[in-house]
Amino acid sequence: MAYAEQAETEALHEPKSFLTKYIWSQDHKVIAIQYSLTALFVGLIAVVLSDLMRLQIGFPGSLAFMDANTYYQAMTMHGMIMVIYLLTALFLGGFGNYLIPLMVGARDMVFPYVNMLSYWFYLVAVLVLLAGFFVPGGPTGSGWTLYPPQSITKGTPGVEWGIVLMLVSLAIFIVAATMGGLNYVTTVLQARTHGMTLFRMPLSVWGIFMASIMALLAFPALFVSAVMMLFDKLLGTSFFMPAIISLGQQLNHQGGSPILFQHLFWFFGHPEVYIVALPAFGLVSDLISTHARKNIFGYRMMVWAIIAIGVLSFVVWAHHMYVSGMNPYFGFFFAVTTLIIAVPTALKVYNWVLTLWRGDIHLTVPMLFALAFIVTFLVGGLTGLFLGNVIVDIPLSDTYFVVAHFHMVMGVAPVLVVFGGIYHWFPKVTGRMFNDTLGKLHFWITFLGTYAIFFPMHYLGFQGMPRRYYAYENYAFIPQSAQELNAFITVVALTVGVSQLLFVFNMAWSVFKGKPAGSNPWGAASLEWQTPNTPPIHGNWGAKLPVVHRWAYDYSVPGIEQDFVPQTVSAEELEQMRQLSAGTKIADVKT
Amino acid sequence: MNRLLLRNADDADPGGSWNRDPEGIQTAADRSRTARVGLRLFLAVVSSLFFLFLLAFIARSQMADWLPLTDPLAPLANPWPLWVNSAFLVLSCIALQWSRMAARQDRLDATVMGFVVGGVFAIAFLTGQVWVWQQFVAWGYFVASNPANSFFYLLTGVHGLHLLGGLIAWGITVVKFLRHVPLPQLRVSVELCTTYWHYLLGLWFVLFALLTSTPQTYEAIARFCGLR
Repeated sequence: MAYAEQAETEALHEPKSFLTKYIWSQDHKVIAIQYSLTALFVGLIAVVLSDLMRLQIGFPGSLAFMDANTYYQAMTMHGMIMVIYLLTALFLGGFGNYLIPLMVGARDMVFPYVNMLSYWFYLVAVLVLLAGFFVPGGPTGSGWTLYPPQSITKGTPGVEWGIVLMLVSLAIFIVAATMGGLNYVTTVLQARTHGMTLFRMPLSVWGIFMASIMALLAFPALFVSAVMMLFDKLLGTSFFMPAIISLGQQLNHQGGSPILFQHLFWFFGHPEVYIVALPAFGLVSDLISTHARKNIFGYRMMVWAIIAIGVLSFVVWAHHMYVSGMNPYFGFFFAVTTLIIAVPTALKVYNWVLTLWRGDIHLTVPMLFALAFIVTFLVGGLTGLFLGNVIVDIPLSDTYFVVAHFHMVMGVAPVLVVFGGIYHWFPKVTGRMFNDTLGKLHFWITFLGTYAIFFPMHYLGFQGMPRRYYAYENYAFIPQSAQELNAFITVVALTVGVSQLLFVFNMAWSVFKGKPAGSNPWGAASLEWQTPNTPPIHGNWGAKLPVVHRWAYDYSVPGIEQDFVPQTVSAEELEQMRQLSAGTKIADVKT
Repeated sequence: MNRLLLRNADDADPGGSWNRDPEGIQTAADRSRTARVGLRLFLAVVSSLFFLFLLAFIARSQMADWLPLTDPLAPLANPWPLWVNSAFLVLSCIALQWSRMAARQDRLDATVMGFVVGGVFAIAFLTGQVWVWQQFVAWGYFVASNPANSFFYLLTGVHGLHLLGGLIAWGITVVKFLRHVPLPQLRVSVELCTTYWHYLLGLWFVLFALLTSTPQTYEAIARFCGLR
């Protein structure tokens, strides 16, 4: 394509100093690493917050500083950081930035300067969010859904400064995500190299591509709700605030609709689940195919499933609002759409399993994480079918069953893919291998640990243990056995939390001391593993852009020496490889 | 099952109806096309943003405390200032369109003239909008006094901010003109600014129509959307 040809001839914002190479870099790989490190850093803060919460729940009163307000603040920040600032940023800004240009054969994103701005806006959003810990009153404690009226009414922690910083931070994040998303989508549409058709793109790119489109269309809903709530908070308008008496005083608001906020929030909130899930689906498809040495089963079905899930995810939002008092007919509609979206999702799970079936499965660290994802996503998805039905959801609403469900399906499952993805592409990013033993140790503690944490929560939910309580002792309807289970969960959560340091240490150590990885240690067929340099240098491809001749899943190809065919190998070259291999075998027989 | 799996394994390159070989579209795809695609995507995002604002507007308008701005004694009973502002924006778009056409014909002077005049009219539009805000304040129609007022300030404000963003791009391009950057290098900027302006004009008329509609219209839209 013309863009590709132009990219071959033009110099590309070549960095000239340390500052432009590593700090104000326009290189998608550096920006990806900046995004990833920031997201992982802020994610570690969220892990610490969750452990503090667990200490309070498992051993009430064990932390002197943990009162009800602090607990709710920790809960709110944990949720928001994990969903937005870790998972969304890491999948789109981290994996998206690194993989899209390399996987489609581009030299960089199409708008490198905007891409750089995207990261710096993201960093500012993170800093504004974290500033909440240092302002009078602390961060907001209104729960990650920020429902009005309580989020901006006195009595809720962080109502002076915290909520304002949260909303401003979200608005800045959305600007960053929009700048990034425009880049990812336009790059996929416009900057694919010769021969890289849409239906030859790896599923990782498809997942990130669709998630970016969804982010572009869904994040405005959060922006709208954030701006309108800022008006309510700072200018005294009544978009969402009804007439209300707070602490004995009649507030100046009247007529606003809190339910309107919920609709806007979840119109963003549910697609957000898939903004996180679709990249995970894509990445895990590539991991499974590569490490099972088998072409992905039903590639086209997988692509259409990604598109179908993306579209359907915009018409299921109100299943988060069954208990909000909305029209029961709405509930019926949204229960039906929720069950329909399970169809393409289940299709993907079947295809992953069929890809594995009779594959040459290598239980590498990335593959372990990918397999764990399938199991975890299945568990979380099945409980989602329970909650998607109004009649089951109503008794389970606001119990630990819901906590268990969403942690399994959009907490643990995508995080497993994050780890799998990082372990898988680490050799390409750094040129070195990670420590396999540490990686496996990290996997088993994380995998088994998360099950030990979240499986019992389903049971606690069935028992009627409500979520969002600051302490669970002295309630007649919560038996002592539940409290013992809570203590057990806390011990495991602390263990899993601390074990993440294994990952941090492994990565930090391996960057400098790991064994050299070579250019393609997993024997992967997709384009990013065929770069002339590892790690790829600025411009990615040297003098000539690669030419793509096939899809990214030619594994276990019979009749050739190596068991995979890179995307850059033409039919003629493949024939030569076959003849060479046959000749070698004949020579072997003769000798 | 075995046969099914093997058949799939043989289907090594699915190709398909979207199997568009990039080499086949060489003539159309260039860098300016990429910028245009980027802008269109951005306009889709802006559309999503305003669509959601307008849905919120319609939903909120059905509450009992809504006092229409088109009431006989309200500021928009006679919206002539908004018509004047609209005329500024229309003139701005005409000038930019003229500039775009001149740029396509490599007429530098006409391009610069149209481009600068277009921007000046856009600034006039924004100034007019601020003047309308001042009139609202003078009439006692503050941002928090009624949801109808709140939405008026919010929607016109967000629209104005988008135009202000466009004016930054416009300003950068004007500086480049002053530095005698050759026209072929600036043609894309002129094209993109013009497209963006046209979009904002269309959007403004949607906002204008909605803000000056009667409660009966809001009710009809709300019923149509299932919001009532």
